[in-house]
This record gives sequence, C-alpha cells and structure tokens, in this order.
Amino acid sequence: MELNLRADMTMAMRSRWALADIAGGVRLWRLAWALGWLDIRLRYRGSMLGPFWLTISTGVMVGSLGLLYSTLFKINLRDYLPFLALSQVLWGFLAALVSEACTTFTDAEGVIRSVRMPFFVFSMRVLIRNAIALGHNILVIVVVFAAFSIWSGWEALAALPGLLVWAVDALALTLLLGAFCARFRDIQPIVNSVMQIAFFVTPVIWKPEQLGADGVAKLALNPFFDLLEIVRGPVLGSDIAATTWLGALGFSAVLCAVSWAFFVRARGRVAFWI
Amino acid sequence: MVAKALIHVEDVSVLFPLYHGNSRSLKKMVVAAASGRLAQDQQQRVVVRALSNINLHLESGDRLGLVGSNGAGKTTLLRVLAGIYEPVLGRLRVKGSLNALLDPNLGMNMELTGRENILLRGLYNGLPRSALPRLEEDVADFAELSDFIDLPVRIYSAGMVVRLGFALATAIKPQILLMDEWILAGDAVFLEKARHRLEEMVRGADILVLSSHQADIIRNWCSRVLWLDQGQIVADGAAEDVLDQYLGSVPVQAVAALA
Repeated sequence: MELNLRADMTMAMRSRWALADIAGGVRLWRLAWALGWLDIRLRYRGSMLGPFWLTISTGVMVGSLGLLYSTLFKINLRDYLPFLALSQVLWGFLAALVSEACTTFTDAEGVIRSVRMPFFVFSMRVLIRNAIALGHNILVIVVVFAAFSIWSGWEALAALPGLLVWAVDALALTLLLGAFCARFRDIQPIVNSVMQIAFFVTPVIWKPEQLGADGVAKLALNPFFDLLEIVRGPVLGSDIAATTWLGALGFSAVLCAVSWAFFVRARGRVAFWI
Repeated sequence: MVAKALIHVEDVSVLFPLYHGNSRSLKKMVVAAASGRLAQDQQQRVVVRALSNINLHLESGDRLGLVGSNGAGKTTLLRVLAGIYEPVLGRLRVKGSLNALLDPNLGMNMELTGRENILLRGLYNGLPRSALPRLEEDVADFAELSDFIDLPVRIYSAGMVVRLGFALATAIKPQILLMDEWILAGDAVFLEKARHRLEEMVRGADILVLSSHQADIIRNWCSRVLWLDQGQIVADGAAEDVLDQYLGSVPVQAVAALA
C-alpha cells in the first residue's frame, strides 16, 4: 500500500488517481451495498410496513392520477393506467436519484473527513439505495399489469440494456453533482427545479402520441425522454426509434465525459469542500 | 516480507479556502464573472493557511508526538498523513498500511445494534468475510457488551458507547498508526484498560504519530516531538528537549493543567 501525492500533478496522474478511486470503490462493493440497505432501513425504521410504505404511496398516487387524467385526457383506463404506473415508478427513481446525487458527498462528511476512502463508494451507495426503492415500487407495476391482465412477455427483457445505461449514468451523475454541490451549495434547489420542469415536458403522465407526429420527432432532443423510453418502451411492448437510442447513448456519453473531466480535477478537493 | 513503513512529507502546505456567503453560491459567481468582478473576487478569496511548509521524514521505529495549542494544525497534519487532505503545495509519500484514529464514532450508527456496527466497521476496513467473526469476538469482548450486543447502540450507556468506539478503532492493527487525542479520553477505570490495549497496538505499529495535550503520555510513548504553532513547525527533535521547550513557553496555569 503506497500513497504518493503531490500538489503539482499532471492530468495523467490525476486521471490515474481518479481511476484508482473508482477501482477501489468497486472493491468495496459490499460496504456500498450495506450502506445502501442501511439508508433504506433507517428511513423507515419503526414503521411496521418498512420500505413498503414507498410501494403504497406510489400505488395511491398512480391510482388517483390514473383516474383523474384518464378522464381529463379522455383515454380509457385500460390503455392509460399501465402506462402511467410504469412511467411514474421509473420517473420517481430518476427524480430521486438526481436529487440525492447532490448530497452524495456532503451526507458522508463524517466519514470523508476521518478516513481516506474511495469517493466512488458513496456514489454506489446512492445508486444502490435508489435501486432498492425502485425494487419496492415495481410491485405497483406488477399489480396494475396483473389487474388489466397485461403480460409484456419476454420482450420486456429488452429493458435490461436500458437499465444498464441508467446505472452507468447514475454513477456518473453522483460523482459530478456530488462534488459540484459540495462546492456550490445553491445547486440542489436549481437541480430540483430543473427536474420539476423536466417532469412536465417529458411524457410521464401524458403519452408521446398526444404530441402528434411532429412533436414526437422533436422529443428525441429531450434527454429525459430518450432515457425513460429505452427502459419503458420494451416493457410496454412498443418499438423504440433508433433516434431514441442514439439520443440516450449520446447524452450518456456527454454526461460521462463531463463527469469524468470534473471528477479528475475535483477528487482531491472534495474533502476541503464538504 | 512486508515492506518497511515510511512517511515522507516534503514542503507541504495546506490552505483552506473559506467558503462562505457569496463564494458558496454559483449564481453569485456567475453574476460576478459577467460583471467582470471575478478576477478580483478570486484574489480576495479568504484562505486559512492551516499548514505551511511542513517537512517531515519518519521511518520504521519512529514514535512522533505532536504538540501545540488548539488550532495549531495537529489534526490537519494527521489528516494530511492519512491522505484525507491532499497537499495543496508540496508532496507526500506514505508507505505501509495505515489506520487513523481521528473520529471516535467513525461510521458508527446509533440505530444499529452493537453487532451490526462491528460488521459495518469490518466492511469499512475492507476486511474479508472470514475475518469478521474474529473482529466481532475481539470487539465485543473488550467493550464488555455481553447481552447488549444485539440491542441498538442508542440505548447504550455513554461508557459503553465510548468502549465500543474505542474497541472498534483499535481492532485493526496497522503499520502506521495515527492517533488524535480523543483516544485517551474516558474514565479512570476505562483508561487503565484502554492503555493496555493501546500499548499493545503501539508496540505492533512501525510508525506512531500521536497528537496530545497530555505531556506525560507523549513522554511515555514518543521518542520524538514536533511542536506546531499556527501551522508552522516551531521545533522538531528529541522528546525531552522539545517538550521542555514547549512547556516552558506556555503560561504556568496551562502547564499545571498539562501535568
């Protein structure tokens, strides 16, 4: 075990440290897993249902929104509710993840300031915590799909590559926002506002078709749509346009590149910022 | 054959930017940049020089004590040696496994049971699964948790929490041991017991760096003393010499408290 740090490091040296951070974090996956579970357990401690409160509140929300909007949009419930349940659960994951990414490192202040530990561990912790919450919410989708006896078949497995893209993006985003929000404390409210707007301009509660052909073509420019669709599409059994995948991969690549460039520079500074 | 432990600090300075008010806000910075005030702003950024131009070389067998008043930079230096604060100027080389006892409640969670906290600490240290039962036995035994081990730490007495924190911190035997003074806080009975465990650990370590206000502890455990004041080295040398110099410089009242 050797530590060789210097103030005037070249970019190549900084990149190596950043890479070592990620590799070291991956080696501590059992810690990240334990911390992720712990977060969920502590959030719902003392309640009999535990994390299933999540499931219930999502279920109630989907049920009431479904009844309301199927009336407003004049779509029949059978067409609308499965779409809404799926969209709402997936969006809930994205929104919570983006918001919690902001506190990736500030939440771990005590640990960061008392032991040298790969920052990537805390990124994995945020991803795992949110993945567990998503796992509980999937029950809502299953119940709604079962109630309308919809079975998407094995094609739903085509959502897996999409989920993989999500996981990579999530880790990149936690590194980026975690460090950035440690430095600038007014970012999180901005991020939350952006997510609020994104929720309305992305087809989550409304269907993409409602925009008309012209609108659908423009949707690919919305990164949230592309990312949502690569997971939602296969489960609903709809075809995914090539532009959607192109957009999803393109936006992900940009996110990863920006995140990497920032993390390489910020890694040694985060301990001073928190 | 394990490689020899080594600490080499070369001209290291640590500057703490004081982020408060405007510099914490992206909006304000963007506005400042747009109105051409950023350059000026950055020059006027308030920084605290927590450590300046520290040079230090430690090899296997060295036992270094850090003395100095509050805010002299002792804990910051320990954090630099632990690799937590990366040097802003200069360079740092550390060879060997390292354990820094800086925070008594590191990663300890009041809602978890004693046993769960022990396992969590094992994970923090990246211990393999096979080492966990031994860790559990060792810590539970020292902390005298007995039946409490499966109850949440929240209901422990203050003494039990201190014992558990201490036992966890000292369960991993490193080549390089960095200790902040909290480790020696506690009631007399506990201290006696703690001292034994700590001495064993100190003996096992290749390099010890200990920060303390208690002169007798430094005298007992350290062969070399570094006196820090306002982030700078005032004196560095044999324990007795530097301690006498240091104690001679502080007002009589403070000496009485130290003795």
